[in-house]
Amino acid sequence: MSEKQVTRRNFLYVTTGAFAAAGAASLAWPFVDQMNPDASVKALASTEIDLRPIIPGQSITVMWRGKPVFIRRRTQAEIDEAKKVNLADLPHPEEDSDRAQNPEWLVMVGICTHLGCVPLGQKGDYNGWFCPCHGSHYDTSGRIRKGPAPTNLEIPDYVFLNESTIKIG
Amino acid sequence: MSDNYVPKSAVGKWFNDRLPLLNLIYGHLLPYPTPKNLNYWWTFGGILTFCLVTQIITGLVLAMHYVADADLAFASVEHIMRDVNYGWLLRYIHSNGASLFFMAVYIHMARSIFYGSYKEPRELIWIIGVFIFLLMIATAFMGYVLPWGQMSFWGATVITNLFSAIPLVGESVTNWLWGGYAVGSPLLTRFFTLHYLMPFLIFALVILHVWALHVPGNNNPEGINVVQGSQDTVPFHPHYVVKDMFALVVFLIVFAGFVFFVPNLLGHTDNYIEANPLQTPEHIVPEWYFLPFYAILRAVPDKLGGVILMVSAIAILAFLPWLDTSKVRSAKYRPLYRQFVWLFFANVILLGYLGAQTADGLFLIIGRIATVYYFAHFIIILPLLGYIEKTKPLPKSLSEPVLSPEERQMKAAASGASA
Repeated sequence: MSEKQVTRRNFLYVTTGAFAAAGAASLAWPFVDQMNPDASVKALASTEIDLRPIIPGQSITVMWRGKPVFIRRRTQAEIDEAKKVNLADLPHPEEDSDRAQNPEWLVMVGICTHLGCVPLGQKGDYNGWFCPCHGSHYDTSGRIRKGPAPTNLEIPDYVFLNESTIKIG
Repeated sequence: MSDNYVPKSAVGKWFNDRLPLLNLIYGHLLPYPTPKNLNYWWTFGGILTFCLVTQIITGLVLAMHYVADADLAFASVEHIMRDVNYGWLLRYIHSNGASLFFMAVYIHMARSIFYGSYKEPRELIWIIGVFIFLLMIATAFMGYVLPWGQMSFWGATVITNLFSAIPLVGESVTNWLWGGYAVGSPLLTRFFTLHYLMPFLIFALVILHVWALHVPGNNNPEGINVVQGSQDTVPFHPHYVVKDMFALVVFLIVFAGFVFFVPNLLGHTDNYIEANPLQTPEHIVPEWYFLPFYAILRAVPDKLGGVILMVSAIAILAFLPWLDTSKVRSAKYRPLYRQFVWLFFANVILLGYLGAQTADGLFLIIGRIATVYYFAHFIIILPLLGYIEKTKPLPKSLSEPVLSPEERQMKAAASGASA
């Protein structure tokens, strides 16, 4: 028998090693996965909000999944401003109509897409939101216009349950 | 070095025959041959060991009173400050200790950079040191989150969000880190666990760091090789034990000055406001020791680019032994490097200053120039200097530079006669 020949012993070494590796990997997963969002966190996945107390030009901030969500009843001036923007001027082009199901109501996650600070409302060069952390300016549709943030403020999944109630999540 | 330490007592001998632990400690701490001309910049290794032990001891007792839960953490820190016996002292030692730990480590690194201690054959000591520095950064950052004040919370938010810059899997990774969809209790609890673990990992690396150091022995201000056990070396004890002790006492005076007179000077007042996920402070700044890297992060107008550059600013240190192409270690004998190294130090301090300012206008422009210069030092200046610099002649021994011309002649005559 030549030395290079695959022996029964080689086969046993490789299969034993492979089984041990697969076993160790599958056992490692619970230790990694335990850090993912747990069942109690996921259970808080949706929130219903009554919109009646909000007058035009007013915003409220609600908590959804531990994050702030801005709900703004925009003034006609703000809506017009958001609609007349040339899409070519935007770092992350999106139509205002794709961002607000009902133009009067702007619902978005109030977290700067740069590094997660909460932007301040009705501030900045575009009269929308301004993040004080690293200077990102958003317009009246929550679209990034200037600064380090890569994308527009995120729009969460939401539905109008009726004229005056929305459900986020 | 005498490895054959013989304990005096019968019990010591019985123990040492079965486990030569005393032999090991004795060899590394007492007769260990050390270059005879080490200056005070070399005392920071001992000071850093002291800092690490202080942080572990004060941290251990603080953990007996602290609660790692988002609803209770802030109150439990105030409880330590107001109710726990000497709690204020222990916490101020721990929080200022972290700052002084970084002060000492930056001096220690600057000494290594100035005298070329990272060069052959000490590359691995330096690389282990870079890993210790990385662990220190992680430990200090997580520790700063634990009081759950406004700066804790928003600092944690900004830094964990750096991971969201990773293409494709960024969001899953950040949700995994948070254990949720935002910074909250799960993150606080895991940070506390890791903050407790990491000092012990640092301790293990410190042992490797010292072990690797004791193979070639210390570098020295002349940067030349000394023969262990020759006239150029003295035993570590008592010569450097006493010198280190004196430096430590001076360091402790500074330490006590911070703890007893200005315990909050290096902190941020916003961290005495409890974390509020709905309101970001006007001006987020990290602790002073992270400011140069923070300035680099903000110098880039792109999220992923900023993160990559900030990480590279630290990672590039590990390659320093190969980026510096000069064979001469000490800046004393490198007329050009000597000027560039001070420029480099000044640039890092400038970056630190910029990190504390708002990132716009002139500050942003200077920040970008300083960032470019930081990297240029490593990838352009250092490799080139090795080729274009005319270094000064190195002394043959540590005694030579301090001998008078007559003594030097006598010595040359003596060595000529013996040869």
